[in-house]
Amino acid sequence: MDFSIVWQYLPKLLEGAWVTLWITVVSLAIGLAFAIPLALARLAKHPLVASPAYLFVLYFRGTPLLVQIFLIYYGSGQFRHELTDLGLWGFFRDPWFCGILALVLNTAAYSAEIFRGAITAVPRNDIEAGRACGMSGLLLFRRITLPKAFRIGLPAYGNEVIFLLQATSLVSTITILDLTGISRQLISKTFAVYEFYLTAAAMYLVMTYALVYLFRLWEKRLSGHLQPRVVAEPRT
Amino acid sequence: MLDLHGYGWLLFDGLQLTIAVGLCAMVVAVLLGLLGSWGKLADNGWANLAANIYTTVVRGVPELILLLLVYFGTPTLIQSIASSMGYDIRVDINPFIAGTITIGFIYGAFATEVFRGAFQSIPKGQAEASRAIGMQRIQTFKRILLPQAMRFALPGLGNVWMVLIKATALISIIQLDELMRKTKIASNATHEPFTFYLLASFIYLGITLASMMVQKRAETWANKGVTR
Repeated sequence: MDFSIVWQYLPKLLEGAWVTLWITVVSLAIGLAFAIPLALARLAKHPLVASPAYLFVLYFRGTPLLVQIFLIYYGSGQFRHELTDLGLWGFFRDPWFCGILALVLNTAAYSAEIFRGAITAVPRNDIEAGRACGMSGLLLFRRITLPKAFRIGLPAYGNEVIFLLQATSLVSTITILDLTGISRQLISKTFAVYEFYLTAAAMYLVMTYALVYLFRLWEKRLSGHLQPRVVAEPRT
Repeated sequence: MLDLHGYGWLLFDGLQLTIAVGLCAMVVAVLLGLLGSWGKLADNGWANLAANIYTTVVRGVPELILLLLVYFGTPTLIQSIASSMGYDIRVDINPFIAGTITIGFIYGAFATEVFRGAFQSIPKGQAEASRAIGMQRIQTFKRILLPQAMRFALPGLGNVWMVLIKATALISIIQLDELMRKTKIASNATHEPFTFYLLASFIYLGITLASMMVQKRAETWANKGVTR
């Protein structure tokens, strides 16, 4: 084992880790923006609104992310002429656009399911109290349902964030040089296979548990007042 | 009409291999899950530590990295250890075995948590009663704990299976001819990547839907003796 070679390329790996974090944050932010309307559409009473949302969620949760990435990145090549005519080929030719698009759609589907569950779990009393205070429609949703649902859904959403962080490693298969991509590139140059993969694994581990820690803090901040208070046992 | 240019059977071959890898990996995952949950619940500090390191590390590292580490990393590690001892050997891992073991190893960590929860939801009195009527520990486990834990574990194991079968798509990266890789071959040959990847995604969706149905039936069957 010779980890000195890893030390030499550490700046490159850190660059890759930065790319991984960047892709994660961007996909999460855009995905979350889609997820909440999608969750509401899933809950809508009208079947023309609810069923497309249901099918979208079913498709993106029921198929592997790798297939979704390949379908968008390689699959768009089949419609090259049509996409060129629409002026969209520049986007679909770009692995960054395709990778992030796939991650966004994927996380939107998973998060929508989390928030759908959370919205239905908001206690009926809270909504009734809001109505009794004269709120309705958007105001009620913005002030009562959404904050409460966010609090309920946060632990599950934290898991989704961690899954997404790890799922970003798949974009290395479409030439993006994230942490996994950089490791694979450095390995083909130096042949130090397990040294680089072990280092990359350790870096993912650190990023994952840093995120877990941040989400715990956030949860405590949002729902700290709901936690059972620990009463000091009297000394005997 | 959908024209597959005669590549339909190629995908069917790939599907068979995907299901074979998935089932073998699931067996590995369940066995590791039972072992891991024992490690988590045992009155043994070392077993606790080992099981906790296992689940912590596996859930913190992407599947792709673990897969590449096992498939490409292990042979070079063994070779470099051998060469430092003066031997010159060449190790190649069969991609089927590497894929099965890696996927099983990863989802074993998730199965560990499922089984831990399941064993914990069995009332303590059950094990105590069976000890009181004179069953050995292994009999208690086989006759009393395992059948009840299986019922509690069934929903969680179903979820593990559905995530696992989707994760098998990654094995195409280590050149195993499963569904994803056959799809790539077909789409390169026909220059119709969209058609084939869409078809592959529908095949995976079909597996998911079928699994959901089987899971529902299995849960009804397992819960038929339970009143709510």
